[in-house]
Amino acid sequence: MIRNEPVIMKKLIQIIQLKKDYHVGEVTVHALRGIDMAVEEGEFVAIMGASGSGKSTMLNIIGCLDKPSEGDYILDDTNISALSKNQLAALRNKKLGFVFQNYNLLPRTTALENVELPLLYNKAVKAKERRERSLAALESVGLLDRLDHKPNQLSGGQQQRVAIARSLVNDPVVILADEATGNLDTRTSYEIMALFQELNNKGKTIVFVTHEADIARCATRNIIFRDGMILRESLVSNRLNAREMLASIPPDDD
Amino acid sequence: MSIKNLFKIALNALMRNKFRAFLTMLGIIIGVASVIAMLGIGEGSKVSIQQQISGMGLNLVTVIPGSQERGGVQFGMSTMQSLKESDVKAILNECPAVLAATPEVRGSGQAVYGGKNWPTTIYGENDSYLKIRERSVSSGRMFTEREISSASKVCLLGKTVVTNLFGPGANPIGQVIRFKKIPFLVIGELAPKGLNTFGRDEDDLIIAPYTTVQKRILAIPYIQAIYTSAVNSKATDLASDQIEATLRRQHKIKASGQDDFRIRSQAELLSTFSSVSNILTVLLGAIAGISLLVGGIGIMNIMYVSVTERTREIGLRMAIGGKGFDILLQFLAESILISITGGLLGILLGVVASKIIGSAMSWPIVILPSSELLSFVVCSVIGIFFGWYPAKKASNLDPIDALRYE
Repeated sequence: MIRNEPVIMKKLIQIIQLKKDYHVGEVTVHALRGIDMAVEEGEFVAIMGASGSGKSTMLNIIGCLDKPSEGDYILDDTNISALSKNQLAALRNKKLGFVFQNYNLLPRTTALENVELPLLYNKAVKAKERRERSLAALESVGLLDRLDHKPNQLSGGQQQRVAIARSLVNDPVVILADEATGNLDTRTSYEIMALFQELNNKGKTIVFVTHEADIARCATRNIIFRDGMILRESLVSNRLNAREMLASIPPDDD
Repeated sequence: MSIKNLFKIALNALMRNKFRAFLTMLGIIIGVASVIAMLGIGEGSKVSIQQQISGMGLNLVTVIPGSQERGGVQFGMSTMQSLKESDVKAILNECPAVLAATPEVRGSGQAVYGGKNWPTTIYGENDSYLKIRERSVSSGRMFTEREISSASKVCLLGKTVVTNLFGPGANPIGQVIRFKKIPFLVIGELAPKGLNTFGRDEDDLIIAPYTTVQKRILAIPYIQAIYTSAVNSKATDLASDQIEATLRRQHKIKASGQDDFRIRSQAELLSTFSSVSNILTVLLGAIAGISLLVGGIGIMNIMYVSVTERTREIGLRMAIGGKGFDILLQFLAESILISITGGLLGILLGVVASKIIGSAMSWPIVILPSSELLSFVVCSVIGIFFGWYPAKKASNLDPIDALRYE
């Protein structure tokens, strides 16, 4: 099932000599010191690094939440340096899906409504289509039977799956995951990774930030950051199949 | 995001904190309700004063002695003796705008019947009194011209005097009472009129021919006031002018001289009291308006709390494509929803409270649709005004910081 060689070679993300500086008082922090990287369509890239390595800053920029100080970032043929805040918001809405460590679901709001959220900010999508697409997204993460549940009625893994459904609903070109398994136990982490691998097999491009080596081995390529630079970049040779890993872990008591 | 979704989301957000939303709303509800009630009371008192003043005789034009200068010394009105019986005749003859006129003299003292006595005022009038003062005789009769010219010792009693001298419901006609030791035959009873605007009992009086009061009780040659009735309510100004001209001629006042009398019309009195009650209305409304303002500040406060609490939600909404303006609208929608719902409930409560206050205190309450509309508009403006800053704060958040907010 796992493709080791991506068939289509289109570059969805291209980063050229990208630098990011923060000014804290009179001190300038060089968070990123000249990054060159690319993500091709259909890839599952894991960005790794210790805290302070710049990987989160990189993800913020890839997610169009922040702009580079220098250099270029081209997302699906759009150079984001020239875009205004509102244009960036529109770009995020159409081309990106986010999955966070703490899920960031709206409390006291049903799973379905949480998944619908990105489409509410897209005027082109009408109510009927919004509902259909949200149901389809929930189905693809296997939570169709929980659509009326609120976050406090769902387990951590289920909440994260709702969040993944939310990131899928606008059919983004890239899904960005920030430590998406950080709050989950090993078993649930592999469940989530299995889901990501399935989505990747269906052609979704995924950029995944993590500091767990075995989680990174579920990806097709690893990029390791250190001190604002890329330390090492490598294709994953003996890739883990999360589904198989799950089978080897004894089932939970519940 | 469509308006419908905007308000749906706002409603959901408020429903997450029902009690808090209600308490915030309560500030607006109380503010609006008090504005409505206060304006209702103010407006009601205005209308009631107007009615009562009209009830004294709408066409009434009164002449009282004025201050007068004699050799450089100003004399007060009450000591003046400038009005005479002949002035009344002159007014009736020379002023076409005047329908009727009566001289008035009055004296206070104890009225005595048998073992009972009662302090009251005797008014000396002529037979036009009933018409001019819009009163009527409930039993017995009015005195006649003949009784006036002969200064007969006859009188009519107000209901309060009858009650106090004869007991409630008793028939005093044919009895003889004494006022300042002068015996008076009671020939009639005046229909009751109740309290006037200023709280004075309009039924605590005795009416007698002015000649009798003038000669037998006060022993004065002059009269204390002239009450006239204009031909209609629009003619009061004209009647005032004609009376002034007549009296200046009568009193031989030179063109440069000062009037030794003063003329008051009901219209004048009405406008004086209307302006007083307008001030009252504005004052009450302003006090209530301040509570509305406090309610608005309450909205602002709770919206700030809400923005802080939901920082992560704001970050998420921005990350998935919400623009700053979308976030602004979302929070504005919440504050507007609070203020408008509060406003509508407040109008309802205000109307109900006014009715209850009105019937409990037997105050007249008049609720103008314009004050309801005003409150509603003010509420919407308050929602936007006080919601703006918290909403603006939310929309200016940086999505990265907002997402990390703990």
